[in-house]
Amino acid sequence: MVLVFAESPDGKIKKASFEAVTYGKKIASLLGCDCAALIIGQADGSDQLGLYGADKVIQVSNTILDNFDSQTYTATIAQVANNIGAQTIVVGHSSTGRSLVGRLAAKLEAAVISGAKTVPTNDGGFKVAKNVFSGKAIAEFTLNTPMKVISLMGNSIQPEEIGSTVAIEQMDVQVNPGRVTVRERKTVSGTVPLPEAELVVSAGRGMGGPEKWQIIDDLANSLGATTACSRPVADTGWRPHHEHVGQTGVAIRPNLYIAIGISGAIQHLAGVSSSKTIVVINKDAEAPFFKNADYGIVADLFDVVPKLTEAIKEYNSINA
Amino acid sequence: MKILVCISKTPETTAKISFSSDSTQLDTDGLQYIMNPYDEWYALVRALELKEKHTGTVTVINVGPAANDSIIRKGLAIGADDAVRIDAEPSSSLFVAKQIAAYAKDNAFDIILLGKESIDYNGSLIGGMVAELMDLPYISYATSLELEGNVATLNREIEGGTEVCEVSTPFVVSAAKGMAEQRIPNMRGIMMAKKKPLNVVAADGSDNLEVVSAYNEVPKDRSIKYIDADNMKELVRLLHEEAKVI
Ligand SMILES: Cc1cc2nc3c(=O)[nH]c(=O)nc-3n(C[C@H](O)[C@H](O)[C@H](O)COP(=O)(O)OP(=O)(O)OC[C@H]3O[C@@H](n4cnc5c(N)ncnc54)[C@H](O)[C@@H]3O)c2cc1C
Repeated sequence: MVLVFAESPDGKIKKASFEAVTYGKKIASLLGCDCAALIIGQADGSDQLGLYGADKVIQVSNTILDNFDSQTYTATIAQVANNIGAQTIVVGHSSTGRSLVGRLAAKLEAAVISGAKTVPTNDGGFKVAKNVFSGKAIAEFTLNTPMKVISLMGNSIQPEEIGSTVAIEQMDVQVNPGRVTVRERKTVSGTVPLPEAELVVSAGRGMGGPEKWQIIDDLANSLGATTACSRPVADTGWRPHHEHVGQTGVAIRPNLYIAIGISGAIQHLAGVSSSKTIVVINKDAEAPFFKNADYGIVADLFDVVPKLTEAIKEYNSINA
Repeated sequence: MKILVCISKTPETTAKISFSSDSTQLDTDGLQYIMNPYDEWYALVRALELKEKHTGTVTVINVGPAANDSIIRKGLAIGADDAVRIDAEPSSSLFVAKQIAAYAKDNAFDIILLGKESIDYNGSLIGGMVAELMDLPYISYATSLELEGNVATLNREIEGGTEVCEVSTPFVVSAAKGMAEQRIPNMRGIMMAKKKPLNVVAADGSDNLEVVSAYNEVPKDRSIKYIDADNMKELVRLLHEEAKVI
């Protein structure tokens, strides 16, 4: 059995959890077994888990788990895995999943791969690939034990409607109170968080200062994109730290990455080069980023960005 | 306050990554190494700041061969009081975590700090593993850590925002950007580091739970199309019809 933890922070199943369930089902098919999804506490949207591949949906409700603590969640997932005889456990490579993946592997003495991006193959060993060296290379890992723990990088596969609706079963677990108390969760509403964003508009030192970011926000808004920035931009406080992408920032792999006034240093590219399509806007035709782009515009960003925004708006109005 | 900081060795950030001809090994020829930036800039520096404020000691620990000593000495030069190297080739993540946990269990640390991930295999695994092996709370991707007595308040990165949480020592925490600012070791620090203790401890056991069986290049199938700045309509058309991303 494959067990997928379908997380529901703030009470709602995320797209990443549907991706994980489809992924889990593909592993189950490979291994010739079933795929179970686990939800903890409130999980709006859990009626869809069957549709995306879960053969079984298990719900654990326990007030101790209302508060996220990697220790209580690990204990819960491990017990459910044990109860249903699961040997492969899948979580998303999210802030929650990253807190769990190492703990689970240690608890279960399992082989582990975090941030996996391919569906495993089972030819001469159970093999899964992930990006390594912050996106500079890909490594295929062979997991050598029957017990396996995998965290799935977001946006690696799309949720597929490969199953049908299943009923939700309740399961009890024994869990001791945790020692971490969550006081507050502060999220910016209205925008898709960077690691999950499909469209990203990013700007660098070419902006010359924080005052003119409105043109970036306007472009992002016209696309429904999330904004990002290069490291020096975050370091000098022009933009918040969580927008910093690259080797030492957030690694992303959106469908579209628009890089504006960013030179394309190797450390920047490391975190963004897995993007499906890259558009580069830079006034220097020699900027290294052009070697890693699908579409390039050699021009002054202050001139071209508003024009691009206009063109997107026009497109939106026709396709609305 | 006794703090343990786990440090690892990674290729420097501008390194070009290449492999052996059969793609099963990393080509380490000419590779330059550094201390993993998250361990150095955020975990170690925050540990030193906590020590400066609350008194105590900071120990750095690395699982690796003697060749790692220069990186460990750098940790001492930045300000750690002493260092431990568990003498082994790091194999699986769990192997490394077990070595660290075994050492930490006997030494009653209040806080175990490490970077949010290493920039080589980007595993983000060791912190959680050490915590699980030691039955400790674990807070990942923390961007701040303040102590009041033995109660810590931490901010940690979540999708699109921050979570504020509280935990009492002892605990394990992985540090992300925002936790501290990089410190460059000065001459005095470098001189003093030579005299600070670096204890070498034998490793226990070995395993190969998971292994890298092949490396691959990142597909570079991009060929650029230039578009005139006055023709953004064309770019939008291409993004829609050709790239199919909008
Ligand atoms: C250990 C280490 C880790 C690092 N990690 C990261 C990381 O994670 N992420 C990251 O981004 N960087 C990282 N860096 C920094 C990286 O090396 C570069 O310094 C940084 O990416 C450069 O940022 P930038 O492209 O915004 O600025 P610059 O390199 O200064 O580039 C600005 C670009 O804007 C263009 N420009 C200027 N004016 C205009 C205009 N009016 N119109 C159009 N174009 C214009 C210029 O031609 C230039 O190409 C790291 C460095 C080190 C040493």
